[in-house]
Amino acid sequence: MTLIDFLIENQRDMTNNLLRHIELVGISVFIGIVISIPLGIVLSRHRKLAGTVLAIAGTIQTIPGLVMLGFALIFLGIGMLPALVILSLYAILPILRNTYTGITEVDPSYTEAARGIGMTNMQMLFKVELPLALSSIIGGIRISTVYIVSWATLASYIGAGGLGDPIWTGLATYNTKLILSGAVPSAILALVLSGLIGLLQRILTPRGLRGVRV
Amino acid sequence: MIKFEKVSKKYGKTLVLDELSFEIQQGEFVVLIGPSGCGKTTTLKTINRLIEPNEGKIYIDDKDITEMNPVELRRGVGYVIQQIGLFPNMTVEQNIAVVPKLLKYPKDKWQTIVRDLLEMVNMPYEENAHKYPSELSGGQQQRIGVLRALAASPPIILMDEPFGALDPITRDTLQDEVRRLQKKLKKTIVFVTHDMDEALKMADTIVFMNEGKILQMASPEEMLHNPAHPIISGFMGKQIDNRSNGLTAGDVMRTRVVKAARNNQTLKSIELMKSRDVDTLVVINEDDTYAGIVTIGDLRAHGRGGMEIGKLITDAAPVVKVADDAQEAFDALLTSSTSYVIVLNDDNTVAGLITKTSMTRAMGEVLWGDVTS
Repeated sequence: MTLIDFLIENQRDMTNNLLRHIELVGISVFIGIVISIPLGIVLSRHRKLAGTVLAIAGTIQTIPGLVMLGFALIFLGIGMLPALVILSLYAILPILRNTYTGITEVDPSYTEAARGIGMTNMQMLFKVELPLALSSIIGGIRISTVYIVSWATLASYIGAGGLGDPIWTGLATYNTKLILSGAVPSAILALVLSGLIGLLQRILTPRGLRGVRV
Repeated sequence: MIKFEKVSKKYGKTLVLDELSFEIQQGEFVVLIGPSGCGKTTTLKTINRLIEPNEGKIYIDDKDITEMNPVELRRGVGYVIQQIGLFPNMTVEQNIAVVPKLLKYPKDKWQTIVRDLLEMVNMPYEENAHKYPSELSGGQQQRIGVLRALAASPPIILMDEPFGALDPITRDTLQDEVRRLQKKLKKTIVFVTHDMDEALKMADTIVFMNEGKILQMASPEEMLHNPAHPIISGFMGKQIDNRSNGLTAGDVMRTRVVKAARNNQTLKSIELMKSRDVDTLVVINEDDTYAGIVTIGDLRAHGRGGMEIGKLITDAAPVVKVADDAQEAFDALLTSSTSYVIVLNDDNTVAGLITKTSMTRAMGEVLWGDVTS
């Protein structure tokens, strides 16, 4: 029985795993975005604070995923909720860092011009800084998404399901096909999402900025 | 009108502006110049409150600007910077319209403004409005930078070394354009530069600053002729050379002039010309003041025996005063149909003549030192 046959035979399970995986990634990346972009903007206004906050976020990133999931299990039990909390934490750093650097690296001549012609801070943020930082921010979302696709496979350990289920079961039972039926789709999912976000990044970059350093 | 009253600015212990007091009149083109670190850019930026002074007051039309909302203030004061700072995510049209839009002008109004302004700098709307800054040359970008500052018709425009990054030919063109726009639109312009050529060319008034103080505030001519401080002369060294070395018409004229009273008769005058080997007489009135010239041609064509030459004189020769710049006299000479310029004393008596020979000699002396005659 080939892998393809195996996948066809277990189509329903596989589809459910894939959908659950996409759900985990989608929700946690979304939460990451909602937290990181405003936080990144705030940090770009308080640069002294930025060092500390980015260091904390960086430290969280270095804690191994299994350890984090262990903590989540202790404090939040099993299921979707603890998995989403942990994955969202991991999603934060790349987006946060790219939002912060994207804004702080906007050429000062643009912000000086914006201030000099009478924009308020909010107008400067929405008309100048965010458009110029957009490409960098989407780049951060792309990195987060790819990471989370792979880390989400760990989430099945705490009963959140997803493509981690066949992988871990397969590993426990020496079932290569089962392992591959989780690993291959998650690899493809990472590539596809990365490609789609890259496309979005290009579409959302104004014509005037393509090929121009900001 | 912009008025500085004892404005001081410190960064830590460094005094950048030191009790600066001066006034800029409405419609005046004022250039702030000086060595780097003299405080010229700081001075400029205090006007739109990008920099707040530690002490002193600045008034625009008698209103203390610290009592105005900085955002409102800046929307009423155009601002052009050296790095141009056109927003790269916006088209030319969006860049020009940015302040009118902040001020909530209706769409048809700001669109008309954009069209009119682009037309004024010969960049047709259809061709340029929808381009992005990255698709324009540096000179075109700064043209748009200037238009952005003009868009909401602010009475005052601040320009911080706007042409510093442009190549010399583009810079020259833009200087002319800005001067023309300023005259046409009657704007008050405060302009920072470190280029004395630019200052002399653009300014109604030059403010020369050093170490946060004004060394001299004067018209370009005045500063050129009477620099108030060695630092200023040092800054202008090059320009003085360029501008005929401070030579006056009196320095380059020849003083041996064949003069004749206006009641001289024609035949006698022709004889005088023959004996002195000239083809023109300088005719003077009874009180020795200059009356005009008469040429041998005029005498032959229209003169009859016994006629007074006063009836044949013309004012075809250009006239300058002894104290005038030699360059002016040379310009007059080169553009005139006659081959000389009459130089008059202050009381309108004739001081001398500048001929093409005396001009050549003066230029030779400038180039090679004394020329033996």
